[in-house]
Amino acid sequence: MVDHLDVRRGAYADSVSLMQVSRRVGDVDGVTNALIAMATELNLGLLAGMGYDAPDAGPNDLVVAIRADDDDVLDAALAELDAALAASRGGGDQAGFGDAPAPRTTRDAAAFGGQLALISVPGEHAYVEALDALRAGLHVMIFSDNVPVDLEVALKTEAGHRGLLVMGPDAGTAIVSGVGLGFANVVSPGTVGIVAASGTGAQQLSCLLDDAGIGVSHVLGVGGRDLKAAVGGRSTLQAMRALDEDPATELIVLLSKPPDEAVATTIRAAAGQLATPVVFALLGLDQGELTEAAAEVAEALGVDFDPPRSWDAPTERSGAYTELRGLFAGGTLCQEAVLIAADAFGGVASNLTVPGAAPLTQGLDTPGHLLVDLGEDEYTLGHPHPMIDQGLRLERIAAEAARPGARVLLLDVVLGHGAHADPAGELAPAIADAIAAADDLAVVVSLCGTAGDPQGRDAQVAQLVQAGASVHLSNAAAAYRAVELLGGDA
Amino acid sequence: MTDHAAHDHAVGLQDGAMASLLDGPPTLVTAGVELFESTLRDQGAEVVSVDWRPPVDGLSDELTRIAADPRTQTANATALERIVAAEPRWVGITTAGDAVGIERGQFLHAGPPITWERASGPMRGALIAAMLYEGMADTPEQAAAIGEAGELELAPCHSRGAVGPMAGVVSPSMPMFAIRNEAFGNTAYCTLNEGLGKVLRYGAYGREVIDRLRWMQKVLGPAMDAAVSQLGSLDVRAIIVQAMQMGDELHNRNRAASALLVREVVPPLLEAGIASSHLADVVRFINGNEHFFLNLGMPAAKSALDPARDLPGSSVVVAMARNGTDFGIQTSGTGDRWFTAPASVPDGLFLGDYGPEDANPDIGDSTITETGGMGGFAMAAAPAIVRFVGGQAADALHATRSMYAIALGEHPHFQIPILEFRGTPVGIDVTRIVRTGIVPAVNTGIAGKVPGTGQVGAGLVTPPMEVFTAAVRALAEAAESP
Repeated sequence: MVDHLDVRRGAYADSVSLMQVSRRVGDVDGVTNALIAMATELNLGLLAGMGYDAPDAGPNDLVVAIRADDDDVLDAALAELDAALAASRGGGDQAGFGDAPAPRTTRDAAAFGGQLALISVPGEHAYVEALDALRAGLHVMIFSDNVPVDLEVALKTEAGHRGLLVMGPDAGTAIVSGVGLGFANVVSPGTVGIVAASGTGAQQLSCLLDDAGIGVSHVLGVGGRDLKAAVGGRSTLQAMRALDEDPATELIVLLSKPPDEAVATTIRAAAGQLATPVVFALLGLDQGELTEAAAEVAEALGVDFDPPRSWDAPTERSGAYTELRGLFAGGTLCQEAVLIAADAFGGVASNLTVPGAAPLTQGLDTPGHLLVDLGEDEYTLGHPHPMIDQGLRLERIAAEAARPGARVLLLDVVLGHGAHADPAGELAPAIADAIAAADDLAVVVSLCGTAGDPQGRDAQVAQLVQAGASVHLSNAAAAYRAVELLGGDA
Repeated sequence: MTDHAAHDHAVGLQDGAMASLLDGPPTLVTAGVELFESTLRDQGAEVVSVDWRPPVDGLSDELTRIAADPRTQTANATALERIVAAEPRWVGITTAGDAVGIERGQFLHAGPPITWERASGPMRGALIAAMLYEGMADTPEQAAAIGEAGELELAPCHSRGAVGPMAGVVSPSMPMFAIRNEAFGNTAYCTLNEGLGKVLRYGAYGREVIDRLRWMQKVLGPAMDAAVSQLGSLDVRAIIVQAMQMGDELHNRNRAASALLVREVVPPLLEAGIASSHLADVVRFINGNEHFFLNLGMPAAKSALDPARDLPGSSVVVAMARNGTDFGIQTSGTGDRWFTAPASVPDGLFLGDYGPEDANPDIGDSTITETGGMGGFAMAAAPAIVRFVGGQAADALHATRSMYAIALGEHPHFQIPILEFRGTPVGIDVTRIVRTGIVPAVNTGIAGKVPGTGQVGAGLVTPPMEVFTAAVRALAEAAESP
C-alpha cells in the first residue's frame, strides 16, 4: 500500500469537474481511494478522515491524495489524473466551440439549405411548421393528419404564390427523384409520374408498374382532400404542371377517388393544356381498380401488361367458408377490397364509409363479412400505424382462429421504406398457428412491395406461402380470390 | 445560416422552383416522426432534422391563429426592418422635467407599473433617494412616509420614452442623455450612470448618494452637454459596433464602450471651456466607471425599438423590463399592455460576503439591451463575463447561438467576430419562444434587497415563461382570420 499526497498551487478547477476527476482516478484498478479537490476547509476535513496529515494549502490550491496497492498502480493513477484534469479543462479535441445548437423549428433547419420539408408532427402543430418551410422557400410534404381544411387551403394558397408544392396534409407516400418519403416502395426509375390523393393507392400502383417493368419518375402525394371542392385541386394542379415540365416524365397518372365535379372539370381542362399525356385513374364504385389503372398505364405506354403475379397456398383450399374477415393496414387497399366484396356479397361490415359497407355493430367482433382498416384513427390512438406495428393484427388473427366455423382471412402486407422491417417474420408464424388452431381457415394475402424493397419481397412471399397463405401482388386479385373461396361470384 | 428576414421577403412566384424539386434527389428537412428521418438517411438522402418539441402550455391553437393572421408576417418584417435600421445618436443632455414631462412629486421607475406597497427594497430606496434629492423630504423616514401615504405619482420609464437601469428612478431635476434615432426622428432618454457601489439605482439613499446626484446635476450634466454641443452629436451605434468587437456585450460589460466614449468626449470637454477644477472631476468620474456607457447603450436600444411598436399582428417584443417585483414584456401587436409575472432572483457571483439570500429579485430596464440584440444576445462577443456564473467561454457562444431560434433575424451592424462576424440575433418573437421553450438570455447586475445596500453581485437571469405565454394568448385573441 502506498499513499501519495501533493499540493498543486493555484491550479483551480470547479468542484463538479474535480468530483468527476476523483471518480476516474478512483476507478483505476488497485486504487483504494482518491481525493482530488481544492483545499477548502471541507475538503481538508475529508482528507483528514482518510488518514492524511493536513497539508499547508488553501482554497486556491489543488490537493491530490491517492492510496494505491503499489507504485505501478500509483503511476497509472497519476497518469489517469493528468488525462482527467486535461479533459476537465477543455481545450484540444474535446472542447472547441462545439456545434451550433440543433434547430428547434423548421425555419432554423431550413436555414441549413434544403428543398423539401417532411412534416410529421402531431396535426395541431403541423401548420406552423409547414408555414416555416414555405416561407424559407421549401416544398412541403405534410404526413400529419387532423389539419383543418381551412389551414390546408391557406398553406396551399401560400405555396401557390411562391411556386412551391404542398403534399398533404395526410400524405403518406411520395417518391422524389428516387427518394422515398413516408411510406414508399423502392421502384425503378422511369417515365411515369404519379399524382396521388391516396397513399397506399400510390404504393400499389407504383409496385404493380414496377413489377411490369415500368419505372416511375416521381410520386407526388397531394393529400386525400385536395380534389374536394374546398381545396379545389390546388396541389394536384401544381403537381401536374411540375411533372409536365420534368424532362424525365413522359406520362402523368392522376390517382384519386372520384373528385368533386367542378374540380374534375378544372383538372381535366388543365390536363388538356399539358404537353404530357395524362391518365386518370379514379377509384371507387363503378370506377376502376388499382390493377386496372396499372394496365391502362401500360397500354398508354404500349407495354404488355400481364396479370400481376400470385403464389398459391401450399395446400389447395376449399371448404364451406361462411365469412370473409379482412384485416388491413392500408386504407385504399381496404377500400378496394370492401367494394369488391360488397359487390359480390351484397353487403359487408366496415369501419370505412364506402357504398355497400355497413358500420361495425360489435367492433372487430362484428359477425359476418368484415373488412376493417386498422390504420384508422380509432385503432391508432396511442399506437403506431399497423404498417409499423402489427401487434393488433397479430392479436386479431389469433382471435379469428379461435372462433368456431370456417372462414377466409384477407390481409394486406405493405413493404417499402418506413414499413415494418420484417412483417412476414411476425405474420407467418401467426398465420401458421391460426390455420392449425382454426376449424378451417383460408388465408389470402395482398402483398404490396417490389423486388427492391428493403424487406426483400421474395423472401417475404416465401415465408407467407410456407405458413399456408396464398399471396397476390394485386390487391384486387387477392380480394377476388377471397370471394372465390367463399363461393362468391368473382 | 442565412438571414431569415431575407427569406421572409421572398414572396412572389419563383419560376422554376417546382422544376428544381424534381431536378434530382432533394435535400430534406424533417420535423416529427424519427422513423421517417432514419429511412431517409438509410436511402442516402441529406437530411437536417428539427429537434422538435410541443409548444409550451400546449398553445398550438394560439400559435396557429397568430401564424395564420394575414398581418403577422408583414408586421414582423416591418418591425425587424425598423429595429435594425435605427441610427441612434447622442444629441444632448436634457433635464428630466423637459425630457419626459414629469413634475415635482412625479417619478419614473424601471419595469412594468408598480405601487409603493408592492415595490421591493431597492425600488423604495431609490424613490427615497429621489425624494431627498428633490428636497421633498429631509430624512429617509419622511420620504418613506410620503411613499406610504400614496402621495407619489409613479409611471414606468417605458411609458415616457425613457429607460432606467436597476431601479431606474427618474425625478424632474435629473439630467438625462437624449438619444435621437435619426432614421425615424424619435428620441429616447436615460439618466447618467452614477457608478458602482452605493448608488440610487441600487436603492442606496445615503448622504454620498444624494451629494453625487447633485454634483451630476450641477457639474457632470452641463459638462457632458457642452461636450456633445462641441461634437454636434455622437454616433452611439458606431461605439456599440466597435465595443462588441472589443469584448463588450453592452449590458454587463461596457468596459470597451466606456473607454471609447472617454476617447470621444475628452477633446470636446477640453475645448468647451469648462472650469479646470470641474474638468478633472468630470474626466475622472467618467473614466472611473466601466458602466458609464450603459446609460447611452440602453436609450440607443430603446430608440431603436420604439419605432417597432404598435404594428397590429406583430409578435415582436419591444420591451422587457423588471421593477424588482415583476418581470414584464410588451409586444408590438399588443400596444402598451404589459404581460407580467414575478421576477426571479438572478444566478451569479456575489460581491464580498453577499450571497443569494441578500439578492433582490431581478430589476431594471437594462433588458432593453437584450431586446435590441445586445446583452445576453451578444454574449458570444464577451466570453469574459461567463465567469460571473462559473461558465466556460463556449457557454458564451452557446448563449448567443441559442438566441437565433427565438429571433426574427440578425443585426446587420452588431457583428460577432468569433461567429465569423455573424450579426447578433435580434427581433425577439414571442411565438418562437413558446414554440421552442427557449427564453431570452439575460445578463444583469444584482441589487441588494435591503434598501440602501447597493449592488451585491452580477450574473444571469431566467425570464419567467408566463410572460411570453400570456403575450401569445393575447396576440391570438387579437388575431385576424386569413
